[in-house]
Amino acid sequence: MLKVEHLTKMFGGLAAVNDVSVDLEAGKINAIIGPNGAGKSTFFNLISGLHQPTSGRILLDGVDVTRMPCDQVARLGVGRTFQTTNLFEQATVLDNLIVGHRLRTRSGLWDVLINSKRLQREEKAARDKAMEALDFVGLTQVAGQFIADITQEERKRVAFALALATDPKIVLLDEPAAGVNPEETEGFAALMRKMVDNGLTVCLIEHKMDMIMSLADKIMVLDHGEKIAEGTPEEVRNNPVVIEAYLGGDEDAAA
Amino acid sequence: MLFKLGSLLMKPGAKMALLAFAIVFPFLAANEYQVYVMASAFVWAIAVYGLNIITGYCGQLNLAHGGFFAIGAYTLGLLTADAGWSFWPAFVAALVITAVLGFFVGIVSLRLKEHYFAIFTLCVGFIIYLLIDKWEELTHGPIGVRDIAAPSGFGLVDFTETTPFYYLVLAFLVFSIWFMGRLSRSLLGRTFIAIRNGDELAQSLGINLMRNKVLAFVLSTTYAGLAGALYAGMVRFIGPEEANINHTFDMITYLLVGGIGTLTGPLLGTVGIVWLTQSLQFLEEYRMIIFGPLLVILVIFFPRGITGQFLTWMHHKAQSLAPGKKQKASKVQTASAREAENNA
Amino acid sequence: MNLFFQQIINGLTLGSIYGLVALGLTLVYGILHIPNFAHGALYMVGAFMSYFFMTDLGVHYWVAMAGSAAVVAVLAILCERLVFHPLRNSPPIHDKIAAIGILLFLEAVVQMFWGSDFRRLSSPFTGIMNFDGLIIPEQRLLIIVGAFALVIVLQLFLRKTMIGATIIAMAQSREGAFLVGIDANRVAMMTFAISGVLAAVAASLYAPINLVYPAMGHLVIMKAFVIIILGGMGSIPGAIAGGMIIGFAEAFGGFYISTAYKDIIAFGLLVLILSVRPQGLFAKGAH
Repeated sequence: MLKVEHLTKMFGGLAAVNDVSVDLEAGKINAIIGPNGAGKSTFFNLISGLHQPTSGRILLDGVDVTRMPCDQVARLGVGRTFQTTNLFEQATVLDNLIVGHRLRTRSGLWDVLINSKRLQREEKAARDKAMEALDFVGLTQVAGQFIADITQEERKRVAFALALATDPKIVLLDEPAAGVNPEETEGFAALMRKMVDNGLTVCLIEHKMDMIMSLADKIMVLDHGEKIAEGTPEEVRNNPVVIEAYLGGDEDAAA
Repeated sequence: MLFKLGSLLMKPGAKMALLAFAIVFPFLAANEYQVYVMASAFVWAIAVYGLNIITGYCGQLNLAHGGFFAIGAYTLGLLTADAGWSFWPAFVAALVITAVLGFFVGIVSLRLKEHYFAIFTLCVGFIIYLLIDKWEELTHGPIGVRDIAAPSGFGLVDFTETTPFYYLVLAFLVFSIWFMGRLSRSLLGRTFIAIRNGDELAQSLGINLMRNKVLAFVLSTTYAGLAGALYAGMVRFIGPEEANINHTFDMITYLLVGGIGTLTGPLLGTVGIVWLTQSLQFLEEYRMIIFGPLLVILVIFFPRGITGQFLTWMHHKAQSLAPGKKQKASKVQTASAREAENNA
Repeated sequence: MNLFFQQIINGLTLGSIYGLVALGLTLVYGILHIPNFAHGALYMVGAFMSYFFMTDLGVHYWVAMAGSAAVVAVLAILCERLVFHPLRNSPPIHDKIAAIGILLFLEAVVQMFWGSDFRRLSSPFTGIMNFDGLIIPEQRLLIIVGAFALVIVLQLFLRKTMIGATIIAMAQSREGAFLVGIDANRVAMMTFAISGVLAAVAASLYAPINLVYPAMGHLVIMKAFVIIILGGMGSIPGAIAGGMIIGFAEAFGGFYISTAYKDIIAFGLLVLILSVRPQGLFAKGAH
């Protein structure tokens, strides 16, 4: 699915991501864990094309996307969420989602001026897609509410739906369960399983260990920008290097 | 669906009433001066709609907007007064030139993030002012440009008269708002708003930042150029002060008071403040003593201005009036009908 | 040759003033990430305060300068408390609009009290020093020496005092500063106060060889922005170096190229630099 080879990103003289190679497997839940500052978010930014790597290669279904700008990578099927998603607070949930399908449409200024058939067709498609994504994340009932009026958990689900509206093949989720209670965390885990069941590939960064251990098919551990371990939850849990990195390192080890 | 019908009755009704008022205004006005003031308010409103595209939708604070207004005015002024063109060709040239200059300034400045963009455009605005003031061979410097042609009425109307000119401006204003409404409801307008929500998020949604930002910027400078050209045709004498940064600050005030990122905000804000300043003469010189703190209070407490506040209130009212699950579906429609306005 | 040295003196004078103004702007940006468009208005108020203290209260130049610095420092703290602090979590566009609001307000208030006429601040240092044919007006020398001294005092303050160290720490990492328990509010107020003092002193030093009027801050603030972009937003040495670069470019450009267009030099430089390097000249790599 997504193959990463010797990926390195230098900031100034420091390697935020250092020679990381990994295979994100199709139809699986791939997790990335590691202490704060391990380079997890940078890794996401590299594969989604927000940042250009210093060296290494990224292949999406065999296509080299290493130097591609972010918007093209998205068009090829990489959707993502951020730790915090800025949405238009005084607009409805549905409105915020319609633009998610924009990348699959072509209408430009001229279509707007003459209100072309194409524009009308595409706007309907985008609206339908938004409703479909809302339905998928189970938020149809808040479609007409302002973002400002929905709960934190619902916001996170909206961010999921926005990524899903782009018709992705793989979804990168940056700490999807941060700041939600255990019960809601379970809900997000179920949502991710549902995504995989629907043929999507999921890759997530997460700090909540219990969730990861029960959810992920495969885990990669990053520390100081380097991959220190990779394997099933069982393998990772018992890996002495991982234990060392977590106990010897940062304060969020227990999180 | 039901609401859609309701909104059809309600919203266009309000629009029609506003338009009808604008049409009969010259007959209601006490004197010609009032018509003139209204026409100039409309001209500024067109420019503020332009600012709303790049700053309201796209979220990029463009401080060179007044500069592009001046470029539109000077293009028209110089082509008619010095080069002997008649009004309409010069008018088209003013639009083209502001669009082209907007394109070039846009491709350089829009690569810059937030603060850098604002600072850069502040400097661009000032360069425009300095060039107009100092390049005397072209612009006549501080003396300004006199004898600017009025729009030719092709023998049918005389646009040197205030009232015909008022209707001309009104026609352009209506077109400007109509286009803005259509834009704001479209996928393109939504794309601009997605950019306002954040560069990174927009890119991850597959939006080409530069292409869309430049498009928004060119649209906004063209609106500024249109307003500038109409202004020159109206006052028929312009000077370097048209490029003064204070005009940009005025427009930001109009936009913020009316409602940044809304469809009716620019009109309400501009017409409201222009009349307020007119009727309170003492305000003319010291109006900033009130408007300065007003800007601060607005961004702290009512960042979406009069229109935004009103729409939020309406939305919550509709929400509380639609109880039960059954009506949820129609609520979705409600919201999407209203969002057209809201998203603007 | 002599004219050449004269331009060096002019460049140093301009550079000193620009440097002081840019320093305050860059400190505020470094700590709070606010491009304070109202900073030029603080500079302008500084000049008018000195003018007021000297002409209306009849105090000595130095006393007037100190009084002006105190008033502007308080004003800057008020801006932080009443405007920027409430906006700390708002979209970045709001800070900028609010700053413009402050700028418009301060200008209107000053204009209400003093009108928009040009005024002159007389300084006791009107003499001219003659070093073997090289003529240096005392006020210019005072500007250069004064700015130099102020920068050293600021450096000592930032390096040697506790509050100075916290300002530096917060400039380097806002989150980090929070973790080690720095009182962010105090640092923010302190930073604004320092920026106000720098602006007021710069204005009071420069006013005697320039004019005092409500719109005097416009050009200065824009140039200060050019300088901190040149030197890297938030960088203290960058602001000083950038100030000198612009000061010298203007002095020499104005003399050898064109006086009419000398004000365009700074902005032309900015357009050129940002066209080639959107992150600014000395900015660190992306983060």
